Amino acid sequence: MEKELLTLNNISKWYGDSQKPALVLDHIQLSVKENDFIIILGKSGCGKSTLLRIIAGLINPNEGEVLYQGKKFTTTLPRLAMVFQSHALFPWLNVLENVELGLEALDLPPSQRRRRALEAIDLIGLDGYESAYPKELSGGMRQRVGFARALVVSPDILLLDEPFSALDVLTADNIRNDLMELWIEKRMPTKAIIMVSHNVIEAVELASRLVILNHDPGRILKEIDVSLIYPRDDAGHLFQELVDTVYTTLMKTTEPLAVLKKGEKIKVAIGMDYRLPDISIQQLQGLTDALMEPPYHGKADIFALAESENLSITDSFPLFETLELLGLAQTSQGDIELTNSGKAFCKADILERKKVFAYHLMRNIPLAKYIYHVLQENPRNRIAKEKFLRELEDRMPSDEAHKNLSIIIDWGRYAELFAYNNQTEMLSLENPEVEG
Amino acid sequence: MTIPFTVTETVPLSLNPLNLPYYALQTILRMFYALILSLIFSFAYASFAAKSKKAELILIPLLDILQSVPILGFLSITVTGFIALFPGSLLGVECASIFAIFTSQAWNMTFSLYQSFMSVPKELTEVATLYRLSTWRRYWRLEVPYAVPSLLWNIMMSVSGGWFFVVASEAITVSGNTILLPGIGSYIAVASRAQSIESILYAILTMLIVILLYDQLLFRPLLAWCDKFKAELTANGQLPSSWVLTMIRRARLFQFFNKLWFGLLEALDHIFQPLSLKVSDLEKDHKNIYLLMGKTVIFFFFLFFFFIFIFYGFKAYSYIFSNISLKETLHVTILGSFTLLRVVILCALASLVWVPIGVMIGLNGRLMHILQPWVQFMAAFPANLFFPIVVVIIVKYRLSTDIWLSPLMILGTQWYILFNVIGGAASIPYDFQELTKNFHVKGWLQWKKLYLPGIAPAYVTGLITAAGGSWNASIVAEYVSWGNKTLEAKGIGAYIAANTAAGDHPRILLGVMILAGFVILLNRLLWHPLYLFVTTRYRLD
Repeated sequence: MEKELLTLNNISKWYGDSQKPALVLDHIQLSVKENDFIIILGKSGCGKSTLLRIIAGLINPNEGEVLYQGKKFTTTLPRLAMVFQSHALFPWLNVLENVELGLEALDLPPSQRRRRALEAIDLIGLDGYESAYPKELSGGMRQRVGFARALVVSPDILLLDEPFSALDVLTADNIRNDLMELWIEKRMPTKAIIMVSHNVIEAVELASRLVILNHDPGRILKEIDVSLIYPRDDAGHLFQELVDTVYTTLMKTTEPLAVLKKGEKIKVAIGMDYRLPDISIQQLQGLTDALMEPPYHGKADIFALAESENLSITDSFPLFETLELLGLAQTSQGDIELTNSGKAFCKADILERKKVFAYHLMRNIPLAKYIYHVLQENPRNRIAKEKFLRELEDRMPSDEAHKNLSIIIDWGRYAELFAYNNQTEMLSLENPEVEG
Repeated sequence: MTIPFTVTETVPLSLNPLNLPYYALQTILRMFYALILSLIFSFAYASFAAKSKKAELILIPLLDILQSVPILGFLSITVTGFIALFPGSLLGVECASIFAIFTSQAWNMTFSLYQSFMSVPKELTEVATLYRLSTWRRYWRLEVPYAVPSLLWNIMMSVSGGWFFVVASEAITVSGNTILLPGIGSYIAVASRAQSIESILYAILTMLIVILLYDQLLFRPLLAWCDKFKAELTANGQLPSSWVLTMIRRARLFQFFNKLWFGLLEALDHIFQPLSLKVSDLEKDHKNIYLLMGKTVIFFFFLFFFFIFIFYGFKAYSYIFSNISLKETLHVTILGSFTLLRVVILCALASLVWVPIGVMIGLNGRLMHILQPWVQFMAAFPANLFFPIVVVIIVKYRLSTDIWLSPLMILGTQWYILFNVIGGAASIPYDFQELTKNFHVKGWLQWKKLYLPGIAPAYVTGLITAAGGSWNASIVAEYVSWGNKTLEAKGIGAYIAANTAAGDHPRILLGVMILAGFVILLNRLLWHPLYLFVTTRYRLD
């Protein structure tokens, strides 16, 4: 039994006032032991970054506590270090100075500080770049500096906030391998790593334990121990099977309510507060067309489909979700199948498609229905955007409300359910005024 | 009412051009003092406003009002007070002049700093928290460096604008006495009284050299140096470079001074770092007696200022209206409308001239690289040096002052329109030009569909700067003298200038307040909404 390093006890976090809180994290319970490489997986907006920041002590939870080796703490600890998604280097400090910044809290004499910084720079392979400024470095090099700054404090726990997602594929692979080498060969004193990711393959490749987070609110859906030996072969059977499991779990985060007539269509019950996936209608149409055509003829394995469409699993995810939400397709066991409505959508021409889309939008997305009816009841059929925004802000954090509304406006415009004028910020039923 | 004062020594100003370098140096020094004052003020004010939510509530709206008061209005109001502070010496006038320049710089710089402090990227502040930087080090390693580029840019623009005010404030007539501080502005004033065009040309030449040196020795090196503070990490294709900076950086002597400088900084850090940590510890302890005391002191400090503000506001109000009838107030408002009319017409005329020219220059890359520095240079050049030349023409041909004095108001500020239009036109993506070519869109249609919308945000920015500058300039432009003749145009600027000359305090105050009212109203009702509209509607990205 490994020693317990860190414990999260019933962590909850919400935004807004306590009367109508917008819950982000709901009673998260997690324990981190020595030699754990935990990856927290979830869709964007599920609060995984917030969770990491709570562990780091940057944000305080509304409820619950974080225990480090059995002791509660509320501020940042020198035994924890974090690597940021956008490297977060100070542009006016050179590499050495940026790395030395990590030692700030330890209050070391200058010579010792310099020595440790140089060691960390060596370790991460940045030799010779000590006096370079971040501006002179490539994205990958910058992220290496980010790693060096975190490792210089010899942290017990290393926190990684999607450190590879802003990099191109090859660079990300390169740094990932170097990190895993340090980790597996125990060349760094770090006892545990907690990483946030939305990349399923990456997660299965690296983690010793996967924590899958639900969203609305963020809840731990499943913890999966991964015992495959490093380095893992992503073409291997066990690997693929695991990816499938993870993926299916992630897809299940919208729970089906009831099965209607003869399992013809799964009705997904969502509310006004459902966070709509941010997708482009163009891509959605491309995906359904591909699914309809040979070799799939309406049913496909999600991996094969994503690959043939040149989409990463992560990118295709919101598209599948949208199809399912609208009732155009349904997923099960890692497969996706078009429903009858989905097939009708594919067969229709441009104008007809809009009608099919509009019909399913009205039927399945409560927000669209709500906006349409409110506009209809208004004598001038025109209402300011803020009204809907305020309505949504009662149910979710402000930035989520903005995002959701702009998504539904985009969908509504495509479906020609309602029009929107960006200048006046008014939604209306009529066609937009044509300007000269 | 006149305030009695005497200046025992009046320095005789000589028109000998050999004295010009000395006068120029005096003018530059004044500028420097003002700049240092502005820096101290803006750092203190902006830091306080950014750190304290309560202070922010008062400080930021106050700054907005201060920004709207015409700079030469500050001079008119404060000069008698400063003279009374140092009876019998030029020091009071010197202070007034420096204060006027200060007011032309401080507000912009403070706003820029405050905005930078408030917009430090979230991830960088998280790094600072994570690695537990003390308040002291967080300030100097994160917040201040982040603010440097935009602050420096603001200083440059402020100094450019400042030359105008230093020239205007050196020679000032108060209560019937003309006081001359040694400097280029006074030299010009003496030359106009002596009706010596030759001397005026000498002064213009000197100013040209001063600004050129300032640009090459200070502006460019600083701009090149501050590039490393820019937060965006994309390497810029064309980095600002300066031969002076390169030379300095390579010199041995510089490296020595560099070491000395960093040694000093380290020493300072050693003193303040423990202090800052101690204060942070104290802050955690909510019931600490020192902390409570500090908070109480700050509270009373603010209360004190609040009461002073109310008290003097009330006093000024009763002071003005015990001396001035409502009818005169109405009259001054009408004068303000005259000046408003001038500003509007001049901005329109300047736009008609400079927008087409600016677009032409901006679309031609080579031409732009040659001309843009010169336009910038023209914007920095104090236009009031040219005033006497225009006045000579008006006197000679007996032109109507109401019309022909007006162009003086925009003489210096029109360059902002040109400058911004060039920048705007240069940033129109080439694709759009090719597109219009492809569809054979030419002539007026091309202007209407591409160029005018393309430059709109930049043009409006320039227009706002130009209009603001014109309001300021009206105080000197509507009231000028040549020899012993004084020319006056009907307007609020002339009203303020004439009453400053006569030392009529209530009327100066009234004039400045109404002028400031015009500026605030215009900002709120026209410029602000227009800017918002244009930047959201015509943004090209």
